[in-house]
Amino acid sequence: MNNRGITFHLKNPANYLPLLLLPLWILLYRNLHGLTDFFVYDVFNLIKGTHLADSVWFFVFEVPKVLLLLTLIIFAVGIVRSYFSPERTRKALEGKSLFTGNVMAASLGIVTPFCSCSAIPLFLGFIESGIPLGVTFSFLIAAPMINEVAVVLLFGLFGWKTAVIYVITGLFIAITAGWVIGRLHLEKWVESWVYELKAGDHPEDEKLTFAQRIRMGYGAVKEIVGKVWLYVTLGVAVGAGVHGYVPQDFMASVMGDKVWYSVPLSVLIGIPLYSNAAGIIPIVSALIGKGAALGTSLAFMMAVIGLSLPEMIILRKVLKLPLIFTFIGVVGTGILMVGYLFNYIF
Amino acid sequence: MEIKILGTGCTNCKNLEKATRQAVAELKLDASVVKEEDIVKIMGYGIMRTPALVVDEKVLFYGRIPSVSELKEMLSKK
Repeated sequence: MNNRGITFHLKNPANYLPLLLLPLWILLYRNLHGLTDFFVYDVFNLIKGTHLADSVWFFVFEVPKVLLLLTLIIFAVGIVRSYFSPERTRKALEGKSLFTGNVMAASLGIVTPFCSCSAIPLFLGFIESGIPLGVTFSFLIAAPMINEVAVVLLFGLFGWKTAVIYVITGLFIAITAGWVIGRLHLEKWVESWVYELKAGDHPEDEKLTFAQRIRMGYGAVKEIVGKVWLYVTLGVAVGAGVHGYVPQDFMASVMGDKVWYSVPLSVLIGIPLYSNAAGIIPIVSALIGKGAALGTSLAFMMAVIGLSLPEMIILRKVLKLPLIFTFIGVVGTGILMVGYLFNYIF
Repeated sequence: MEIKILGTGCTNCKNLEKATRQAVAELKLDASVVKEEDIVKIMGYGIMRTPALVVDEKVLFYGRIPSVSELKEMLSKK
């Protein structure tokens, strides 16, 4: 088993450097509003209330805010995730009945480290140890859709309520879609070699010290923030343009809740559109300010983030085409229902 | 010694290969470094996360990329 004890290596204080940056983080985050005012109105000398000032203010405020939030949360999530592993998740799911298994698989999908390049070994490992296909799908739907980057961006740009709604509806879709796929008994559409595969014995878990876990959190920040900062900047730049220059209620005629076809249309556009959460969420947040409905926007983001073409191509190695289309169909229907529901409620 | 990097060709796997080659060169180890990309063979090692490092058919770690210095420390103990 993993070593959960805390072992401090004080002879190597560099490992704890990230923790010492926390006060600086708080200072910056709390004063961001004032700093932005200072830069936009005093340094750039823009006049408050103009389109240009609005756009620039949005950009100068949102980019550092989102990047600060991402850095802190990804660091924390990186440490938390070092206590979870697909191997342990698999063990927890073994022998669980269909519905309980789906609920657990979707929930564990949020915290278990997952990268789409590991989707195949993970799928094979689950199936090989006898975890039902439907339960495996619940995991494969939740893991990419409910990720920390999406949740942080939703929290930063939409507020905590939307972030919570996204997580809950994402879980709901992962649980029901997995359950439906399980009930349909589609094992015949899994490539036949998958069931003949004989995996080797699982090697012993590495024992990690707390210092190593901190380094893993630090590594996650370097890897993820290093990759998404550009998308965040570009996404917020487009969002800033929309925010300052697009007329109020402009989106109401395309993405508004009065347009019945807006939800299916945004899902259809969202599936082949491959972008990560970092690029798409800032743009959608600006569109909501211009009359786009919350349900429609939510459905669009879920389709873009949760159903990505590259992942389908990876999964094609183990799944036959009819199963991939069923997967897209079932998850797409779930997203559609969520979209209509939220347009109806709000 | 025979070092295998298990991975299906994602960026992380390539990064691990690069770091491993650097560690081997810096330690001046007499080791062969090969990449294993066949998923069926990878599963034979019982792992569910890539990339992984196998030394003389034994899995050393999986699902993460240690720094070159950590790699050197691990490989020199072998």
